[in-house]
Amino acid sequence: MKVFTIDKKEWALGIEKAKSAYQVLGPVKEKEWHCFKALGKDEQPDMTYTNTRLSPKFLVQPQTEPMFTYTLDESRPDHHILKEVQEDVCPKAVIGIRPCDAAAFLLVKRNFDAPQYQDPYWLKAYNSMTFVGLACNDPCPTCFCTSAGCGPFHEAGLDVLLVDSGDRFLAKSLTDKGIALLAAAGWNSLADDAGKIEAMKQAAESRIASRISTDRLKAKETTHIYDAPFWEDTAFSCINCGTCTYSCPTCWCFDIQDENRGNTGVRLRNWDSCMFPLFTMHGTGHNPRGAKMQRVRQRFMHKLKYYVDKYDNGIQCVGCGRCIRLCPVNIDIRKVCNQMNDYDPAACVCPA
Amino acid sequence: MSGYQDKIKEVALRLLKDGSVDMVIGFRKGTLPMMNEPCFIRRPEDVHQLVWDSNCGINLANYLTDRKEKIAVVAKGCDSRNIVTHIIENKIKRENLHIIGVPCQGMVDKRRIISEFGDTLLDVADDGENLKIKIHGSEKSLKKTDVLQSNCAACIHRNPVLFDELAGELVPEQAGVDRYAEVNRVEAMSPQEKWQYFEDLLSPCIRCYACRNACPLCYCPTCFVDESRPQWVGKSQDPIDIRTFHFLRAYHCAGRCTDCGACERACPVGIKVRQFTSKLNKDAFEMFGWEAGMTLDERPPLDTYKPNDPNDFIK
Repeated sequence: MKVFTIDKKEWALGIEKAKSAYQVLGPVKEKEWHCFKALGKDEQPDMTYTNTRLSPKFLVQPQTEPMFTYTLDESRPDHHILKEVQEDVCPKAVIGIRPCDAAAFLLVKRNFDAPQYQDPYWLKAYNSMTFVGLACNDPCPTCFCTSAGCGPFHEAGLDVLLVDSGDRFLAKSLTDKGIALLAAAGWNSLADDAGKIEAMKQAAESRIASRISTDRLKAKETTHIYDAPFWEDTAFSCINCGTCTYSCPTCWCFDIQDENRGNTGVRLRNWDSCMFPLFTMHGTGHNPRGAKMQRVRQRFMHKLKYYVDKYDNGIQCVGCGRCIRLCPVNIDIRKVCNQMNDYDPAACVCPA
Repeated sequence: MSGYQDKIKEVALRLLKDGSVDMVIGFRKGTLPMMNEPCFIRRPEDVHQLVWDSNCGINLANYLTDRKEKIAVVAKGCDSRNIVTHIIENKIKRENLHIIGVPCQGMVDKRRIISEFGDTLLDVADDGENLKIKIHGSEKSLKKTDVLQSNCAACIHRNPVLFDELAGELVPEQAGVDRYAEVNRVEAMSPQEKWQYFEDLLSPCIRCYACRNACPLCYCPTCFVDESRPQWVGKSQDPIDIRTFHFLRAYHCAGRCTDCGACERACPVGIKVRQFTSKLNKDAFEMFGWEAGMTLDERPPLDTYKPNDPNDFIK
């Protein structure tokens, strides 16, 4: 692990150099908000951005992803045979991703890269990427990463951590992939003030005023929280849209659909959301999560209890705050998490 | 504004105490600047949670659908018109409602303020006339009437049309506003320009259905986009399917939409969803002289037949 210094005057040149070895992706302002895009020649990532509107999870798990194609034309020898769609696995450099969004991929990876099953689509895309994170000097008021197992200078999930230090970036290489990218960009001047990063990290962390408590989630009896009376109140305002799940960097659920046009078709994988009634609708017409409250409860139980129990490695949330900022009716995961963490069935006095 | 709030609390307390309603549906203070959360209050001791300010844009008629309890509901002009529509469409019974009408002076366009000041905005204080915006190290004051939601700025039905009691004096209705300026602008475009405009408008859509779900009109047990046998609409990001959803939803709202702006307010990616419904509102007004939700005594034009219905479209 080394810390390099990159003069901002040399930054654009390095990005251009990196483009000869990588497809370079970075935050770009489109309409009102920032989004990750593949950068063309002379296009630069906007390193002054705060955060992308939606999470960059789509880089690895696109909202719509073709998996197979097929023909139904029986005169063709390959009819009714699924043919794999070739994925674009060229090396990609994701420049300026926020540490929380990169850490989110690691939480999701536990699902897509489990000992028993590996998801080839997700893994191929993920492994093709080198993540160059941009530390948050100015976290948003809705960021609660430091109490969600993450942080504004969090390194896990990144290959390089960049720290904006005025007229230059400090670049900390964290993996071999990161070293390779820095070399490809020609950023090779060692910094003589690497210690500065630690001070900036502490300053940024101290700016995060928003916190959640998760310490008691694991020990709680699942059925106690499941049956807690606060869910009715929590769920009341929810309109069951997919905003929280679709903006979340750690929500991974999907649905597989075949779409035919004429005699040809494609098998697609689309994002899906546990907020939608159709998500759990059985072929019989029975819906085990037919009521809104059950769906709201499921989302929070999954992130804050089932995931915690299954992997014993923290909550399924990195504290990016997107669901809080974007929820049309102000359902706030911080509040719900604290309610779950504090819930004591013995102390509960239910309204008559 | 605080007068409204006190009155709402007073009425809610009385109704809960004397048992004339089972619950009061209103707003409580949110956890973010410019956000209040719809809530229900069942116990007199919780009435203090109720708030009212210019961040109560969510349409509370949406929370009444098919409810069987006796409910008191806080309703500004547009909410009251959607309650009328709900009653006409048998989604709620008039006798189960106690409507606390709130004469409205418009809701603040939170999206506009966030897009100007960024996600690092710390606080927005509302003194009735002005908003004080606090960001790191600085403060700025904005005149509230300059930052209203676009539907509120052009609203001519601020006073509730149906209520049991009022939370404040009726307000003067706005005159001389051009409600259809945006529609006229799009109508003047060439077909190619329109195509490009709509394609661009819908390009950020992620199909979260927040627009549909925030809308009190969208109460179908199964929305056409969720039907699976047969499946009318594909589920991917195919622009044809995205357009189909938005266009069809808008048509389902024709002659029913009150232009409350809930759809636009809910959209996480800033799509001007009202572009579609406004056009149909204009058509309903021009063809049938109809504005949705103004009276309990008349059926909406598209669910009834009259011999003098316009038929100029038959050429």
